[in-house]
Amino acid sequence: MSAVSLSNIVKRFGDYTAVHQMSLEIEEGSFVTLLGPSGCGKTTTLRMIAGLLDPTEGEIAIKGKRVNDVPIHKRNLGLVFQNYALFPHKTVAENVAFGLNYRNVPKDEARRKVAAALELVQLPDLGARYPKELSGGQQQRIALARAIVIEPDVLLLDEPLSALDANLREDMRVELKRIQQSIGVTTVFVTHDQTEALAMSDQIIVMSEGRVEQVGAPEEVYNTPATEFVAKFLGASNLLSARCADMAGGDIALELPGFPKIAIPRDRAPRVSGPGPVRLVIRAEKLHLKAEGTPADGLLSVDAVVENVDYQGQSARYFVRVGDHQMQAINMIEDHPFATGAKVSLQFRARDCAALPVESPS
Amino acid sequence: MGWRLIRIYTILVYLFMFLPIAVVVLLSFNANQFGSFPMTGLSTRWFEVLWNNDAIMRAFRTSITLGLMTAVISTVLGVLASLALVRYKIPGRNLITTLLIAPILVPEVVLAVALLLFLNFLDIGKSFTLLLAGHVIFTLPFVILVVQARLVSIKRDVEEAALSLGASPMQTFFAITLPLLMPAVAAGGLFAFTISFDDITGTLFWKPGGIETVPTQIFSMLRNSISPEINALGTVMIVLTVGLPLIGAAIARSLATRSGA
Repeated sequence: MSAVSLSNIVKRFGDYTAVHQMSLEIEEGSFVTLLGPSGCGKTTTLRMIAGLLDPTEGEIAIKGKRVNDVPIHKRNLGLVFQNYALFPHKTVAENVAFGLNYRNVPKDEARRKVAAALELVQLPDLGARYPKELSGGQQQRIALARAIVIEPDVLLLDEPLSALDANLREDMRVELKRIQQSIGVTTVFVTHDQTEALAMSDQIIVMSEGRVEQVGAPEEVYNTPATEFVAKFLGASNLLSARCADMAGGDIALELPGFPKIAIPRDRAPRVSGPGPVRLVIRAEKLHLKAEGTPADGLLSVDAVVENVDYQGQSARYFVRVGDHQMQAINMIEDHPFATGAKVSLQFRARDCAALPVESPS
Repeated sequence: MGWRLIRIYTILVYLFMFLPIAVVVLLSFNANQFGSFPMTGLSTRWFEVLWNNDAIMRAFRTSITLGLMTAVISTVLGVLASLALVRYKIPGRNLITTLLIAPILVPEVVLAVALLLFLNFLDIGKSFTLLLAGHVIFTLPFVILVVQARLVSIKRDVEEAALSLGASPMQTFFAITLPLLMPAVAAGGLFAFTISFDDITGTLFWKPGGIETVPTQIFSMLRNSISPEINALGTVMIVLTVGLPLIGAAIARSLATRSGA
């Protein structure tokens, strides 16, 4: 039985369809991320699970029970918002205890639970303070404590890290994951930040324009994007027009002008069905720039010219030209970065390439 | 040089505004039996006369009752209307807001006559209830303006958080929204009370025979003679209508500081 299940969910606002026919099973205890750019329908989906929005069509079930007609306050969910949404007129302890007031928890037990929750978010001494006396990171921890103290069936996180500054965000990311694992609560996390999604999730659901583009483990989504959108949205990718020449045997043979023949394993192109035009996808960090003439040593190799260098300290992003193709490569810098205009040998492994069917322009 | 002129001019404006009030307060302590200068000595006798004047005390009680009831009804209606207008998508929201605010924009005399004619048309006589209704219509816009402004600043997220934690919409309103709204509710109520307590134009039109409020009482006393007890009454009115809002503002501020908003 799934902790959360969506079947054929549609959400329309007037003429605008925010979510198209979405179906989804979220496993008990897993950390699932809805990832996508703003306007992709991820927050709308979260709000439908929360009961803050009604789906136009379809069914939502939590722990096997249909909840379409159950109002939010009877769904037993933990909800954490981007801007913390703490109650400004209540102390930290009162904030955390709020949900327990509506659950007939005896006073002593409530106090113990509040203390335990504050302990879990590592702010055990702030119970008597008011929210405005806390930093953003502390406020978000309190918001998290308030959401988990009620032992929710599902924890819903709506961009909880987006309001924090960069360093704090990374700490909180680790912290949030630790807390989620220690209590094992099923978690649905909404973000537009791919780093957060990749670092924290058991499963990522990439969404675009109200549709699910791909569902999979972080590595799967990152390494084997199912669509061009996913390839472009996660990390820096090169997408090149190629032709599938042959599908005989275990490999798929790809041809593209200026490159040697590339034979990629079948599982790197699960959606390619036969010979014809395809899109070749290769991640920027899988392309290695070597000095001109470096032996290929089993790797595929093409000559390239560095057109631009974006120096980033420990690494550099190179914009290189291979025949008619402009490509980007992100490499660690070992000694000095290559200079603009340098002639290099671009080397990569065939199995780091993936192929997608060509999408009809929509 | 220019600044000095501006300073003098400002002082003159303030004198023009406040000197008459100061004179009233000063003369209310005049021992002389004529309410005018020169003062012959300090005395509180006019306050005693006031205290023993049944008509005035009756008017005072009427005004207080009317003011309190107006404040309560206006505040309740104002909070409900603001909630509806801010939190829900109502068709014609702007039109409704304009209509609710309109009584401020319409000259009071016009409003007073209109309500009277309307009731005549319905064949309903004047009564205390009508007077109260008139005051509510007239004070409601102020409550709505103040409460709406505050409600907009209370994030919907905070209420949604309460709902997600198991509080019903009603419980959420009383545990979260209303406490956060309290400074505006208090300010709106005070506005309503002082406006009602002060009002004369509408009251003259709407009051049934035999009922006087403090302003209408003063008005009718002035038609006979300028008695020094009017000065005393004026002083009491000033203390009430200036003092109350100041206290209210202080309370509102301390509430707001505590809640961090």
